[in-house]
Amino acid sequence: MRDVAIVGASMTQFGVREGEWVMDLLNEAGAACLADAGVAPEDVEHLYVSNMASGEFEGQTGVPNALAHDLGAIPAYTQRVDQTSSSGAAGIYAAWQSVASGASDLTLLVGGEKMTHRTTAESTDVIASITHPVEYKHGVTLPSFAGLTARHYLDKYDAPREALAHVAVKNHANGVYNPHAQFQKEITLETALESPLVADPLRLYDFCPVTDGSAALALVPAEHATSYADAFARIAGIAGATDTHVVHERADPTHMGAVAESGADAFEQTSYDHADIDVAELHDMFTILEVMQLEALGFEDAGEGWQAAMEGRTAPDGELPVNTSGGLKSKGHPLGASGVAQAVEVYEQLLGEAGERQVEADAGLACNVGGFGNCVITTIMEAAA
Amino acid sequence: MSENKSTHAERTDGGQPLMEAARYEDGSITYPAHPIGPDGSEPVETVDLADYRAEVVTWTTSYATPPGVREPNTLAVVEFDVDGTPVRALGQCTTEDVEVGDTVEPVYAGELRDPDAGIREAESQDWDGYRFEPVE
Repeated sequence: MRDVAIVGASMTQFGVREGEWVMDLLNEAGAACLADAGVAPEDVEHLYVSNMASGEFEGQTGVPNALAHDLGAIPAYTQRVDQTSSSGAAGIYAAWQSVASGASDLTLLVGGEKMTHRTTAESTDVIASITHPVEYKHGVTLPSFAGLTARHYLDKYDAPREALAHVAVKNHANGVYNPHAQFQKEITLETALESPLVADPLRLYDFCPVTDGSAALALVPAEHATSYADAFARIAGIAGATDTHVVHERADPTHMGAVAESGADAFEQTSYDHADIDVAELHDMFTILEVMQLEALGFEDAGEGWQAAMEGRTAPDGELPVNTSGGLKSKGHPLGASGVAQAVEVYEQLLGEAGERQVEADAGLACNVGGFGNCVITTIMEAAA
Repeated sequence: MSENKSTHAERTDGGQPLMEAARYEDGSITYPAHPIGPDGSEPVETVDLADYRAEVVTWTTSYATPPGVREPNTLAVVEFDVDGTPVRALGQCTTEDVEVGDTVEPVYAGELRDPDAGIREAESQDWDGYRFEPVE
C-alpha cells in the first residue's frame, strides 16, 4: 500500500444557496480544489462524489458522471459514495483506497448536498428514511434518537443539562471565525437553554441546521506530493465501522460502538497516542454526539465527556480543540459534504491556513458519523512537507 | 421475505397482530426479529411482546415531526422482561405524561402514521403496531 497525501482542498459557502442546485455546488468545490492543487482536470484519474440523497432531494441522479463532464475530467473513473451522513468520509476512504492501492495517481473527491429548498419536515423525513421499518412507522427521526439518548446519558451520569448547551456555545463561537460557516454568530448559554424544544430535553440550539454546500479534496501518492505542493497533509490512519441498524438494540445506548471501533483501528495504523492529536473535528449533528464521540474515541472517560466543553478542554486554547470550524452545529451539515469539510478544516489547521481559527497542530483527527452512530469513519491526518 | 419487508404474524385466535420478537439459539431475544440474531443463529421461536409489560428506559417528545406523523410525538425506549431475558423496543406512547421507570403495556394502533405522506413507499412496509401506555 502506498502512503496517501492531500495536496488540495476547498469548500463552498455553506448555508442557504438559493437558486443553486447540487451540480452547481459540486462544480464550485471541485473546480476550486483542482485550482488549489494546481491540477488540470484531464489529469484526474478517479473522481468520487460523496452524496446521500440528490435523487430524493432534487430528482438529480448520476452526479459523478455529470460532474466529470462539467469539470472536464473525462475519462476519469467515477463513483458515487453514499453512507448517509458519513458519505463524506466514506468518500475519503474510497479516495484513499484508490491511491493507496495504486489504482489512481490523482483522485478528486467532491462531497455535496442541496437541501434547503425542502421544508425542514421533508428534509427530516429524507434523513429518517435510513431507519428500520419498525422505527420509521412510529415517526422516529434522527433528532428524536438524540432526545432519547441525551435524556438517558444525563440521567445515567447525573450530568447537568447545561453541559450540552456549552457544546453549542463553543461551536458557535468557533464558527464566527469561519467565513464559510452557515452561522457566524455567538450565542449565549441562556439563548441555547431557552430556545424552543425540538426533541425533549434537547432544544433548537442542540441541533445542526439544514444546509446546502460542497467541499473537495485532491489526493495523490505521498511520494508525488512535493511535485504538487511544498506542504501537504498525509493520511496517517483511516478506518470505518458499523453498528446495529436498529438503534435501541445496542447494549449501552450511551456508547458509540462504531466510533470506538473505527477510532481504535485508525489509531492502530499510526504511531500516535491520543495526547498527540492537536485538533479534532467531531460530528456534532447534535450536541450530545460531540460528548459521546469524545468518550468513544478515548479522549474522555465514559460519563465524563460532558465536562469537556464546560471546563474549556475542547476550546481553541484547550487541551484538545474540537470543532474549530464551528462544527456541523455552526458551519452547517450538507450531508454528503460534511465529512469532506471536516477533513478540509483539519487540512487547513495542519498547513497553518486556518486564519483566525488557527491552533498549533501537527496531527488532527476527524470523525464522521452516519445515522445515529450506524456507520462511522475516523481519519487521522498529519502535517508533512 | 427480506428482513425489512415485515408482515405481521396473525394470532391464531384471529385477534390483533403480534408484537413480534424473535428468540435465538442462545436464548437472546430481539425486537424486531432479524434473519440472524446476535449469536449468529437463525430465530428458533417467535415471542409476542404484546403479552408482556415493560419499563420505560428513556423518552422524548418530538415537536418537529416529518410529514404524516402526529405532532407532538412522544416516543419511548422500553425494556421488557421476558421470563428473565431483557428485550428493548422503541415506539410511540399513548400519552405525553410518561417518566423513566414507568411500567407500560403495549396497546394496538391500526395506523401509527399516514402511510401516504412520507417519503417511504406505502406498500413497502406495514404501518400498524403497538404504542406504550403507562399502567398504574
